[in-house]
Amino acid sequence: MKINNRFKKSLSMLIITIVVLFILNKVLDDYKLRVLNLCGIYIILGLSMNLINGFTGLFSLGHAGFMAIGAYTVAILTMPAPMKEMNFFMKPIVPFLANIEWSFFPALMMGGVMAGLFGFLIGAPVLRLTDDYLAIATLGFAEIIRVVFTNTQSITNGALGLKGIPASTNVWWSWGLALVTILFMTFLMEGSYGKAFNAIREDEIAARSMGINLFTHKVMSFTFGSFLAGVGGGLLAALLGTIDPNMFRIVLTFNILLIVVLGGLGSIKGSVVSAIIVTIAMEALRFLDESINLGFVKLEGVAGMRMVIFSIILMAVVIFRKEGLLKEN
Amino acid sequence: MLKIENMTMRFGGVVAANKFNADIEKGQIVGLIGPNGAGKTTIFNVITGVYRPTEGKIIFNPGEEEQDITGLRPDEIAKLGICRTFQNIRLFKELSVLDNVFIGNHLRIESNVFSSILKFPNYRKEEKMMLEKSLYLLEKVGLKDEKDGKAHSLPYGKQRRLEIARALATEPKLLLLDEPAAGMNPQETRELMEFIKDIKDEFELTIFLIEHHMEVVMGICEEILVLDHGSLIAQGDPESIQTDSNVIEAYLGVE
Repeated sequence: MKINNRFKKSLSMLIITIVVLFILNKVLDDYKLRVLNLCGIYIILGLSMNLINGFTGLFSLGHAGFMAIGAYTVAILTMPAPMKEMNFFMKPIVPFLANIEWSFFPALMMGGVMAGLFGFLIGAPVLRLTDDYLAIATLGFAEIIRVVFTNTQSITNGALGLKGIPASTNVWWSWGLALVTILFMTFLMEGSYGKAFNAIREDEIAARSMGINLFTHKVMSFTFGSFLAGVGGGLLAALLGTIDPNMFRIVLTFNILLIVVLGGLGSIKGSVVSAIIVTIAMEALRFLDESINLGFVKLEGVAGMRMVIFSIILMAVVIFRKEGLLKEN
Repeated sequence: MLKIENMTMRFGGVVAANKFNADIEKGQIVGLIGPNGAGKTTIFNVITGVYRPTEGKIIFNPGEEEQDITGLRPDEIAKLGICRTFQNIRLFKELSVLDNVFIGNHLRIESNVFSSILKFPNYRKEEKMMLEKSLYLLEKVGLKDEKDGKAHSLPYGKQRRLEIARALATEPKLLLLDEPAAGMNPQETRELMEFIKDIKDEFELTIFLIEHHMEVVMGICEEILVLDHGSLIAQGDPESIQTDSNVIEAYLGVE
């Protein structure tokens, strides 16, 4: 009976979401649609980071690296051959990638799988570390990915980046996959494995004494998280149409961390709501970066002013409301 | 049930356990006592795999199916059927009382993570059994009414009982209790003694416990080991321990 009610509730939420998306898809202009798409993508990214950092308690800062892997995989797999030729004018692309042209969904899944694979491979040595050491190691990993992508000219086109990636991401892809991610996370965390992740976050010593294999569970959580980060990165690449290694700096990880912390570590609902709010606020506060004319005085715009505001909010949340702005009780 | 052979545990120059020997028989309640800092918890930590002993061996199920568990990981040891509680309670504080016990079941799960996400029938069936078992254990320790509260909101005595319920959920054969009566009043202590005897019979356990309350130790233990400065100084039934000159010396000093 209880499950039945929940099912009804979820179904009605789903229908409302679809209807709202349908209407928004019709009425919004290109710029606003892009923000809407970003919201969906940031929901996926926020949840994936929350799985690792919030639910399992692993302090990982490697998200930008996994996103880069997903983004480049999708870009290379979906770009048509002539477009690749145009991009790779400095040094031609390796032959076996030159003529590959996959459709969007398989490429996106491949992006996730590649990121997940790297998560798995990186996780094995790195997840033996704890806390700040893990953060440093994963941060290093993300930087390594960026530097490698800058230098593998014949695969990633190096610092020139890739332009003209087919713009396959639309509201249905971004929000559809966001909904799938929400379901995935809900079911995962309800189940025995999700609870074991929580147990690891709460007390590692007690968890392993209760027979939970810390290593396999941490790797599992990390791999799922990096898979989702790869999918998010792929969606982002196909939304923007242009990527280059410098997009995937630590700032990107920071933005997602912001979403996770504001929404509350270990809260699915929190991450979803905060992903939407933060994404919209990032756009809405754009005026702060430009010069403002108050009539009597003209303020010079400072690029990056938005991030100052967000950093202040983040600090305030960490000091006064550690459990996140949106987490109930 | 458990045999510890010549176990020595050194931390740098400190010898926390020195050539310790013990033989715990199946179905017994064995007590481990000794003054503060004698190395009691260290011995628990070695048995459960938190530390690897510097020397010596730990044998589980000595006899025909004996297993050398020296140096195994804590989770492997828990899977074999040795589970423990902690001196300074280690519950999953932010999780519900029910989830704490439920997680104790996780080590026996057979379905993989994907069937848990997709809620396949094999997982559902397992989950239902795990849930029923957890509720039964909560009823057993008298916490069924508080199952939805957070673990850290329980009063101290109940947290201790919840820890025992969580340990029982792992289906242990040997249960190690680290000061189960610490911080309990006389009434609670008496209840705890009954409770320990009761679960021992119901779940066919062997129990090894560290305790400072002499009432508990003398009341329920069939065999007592006395530790001082990492060495075993006496061993025997409660009566003989009470009159043992070494024990009196360790606790009270020499006249």
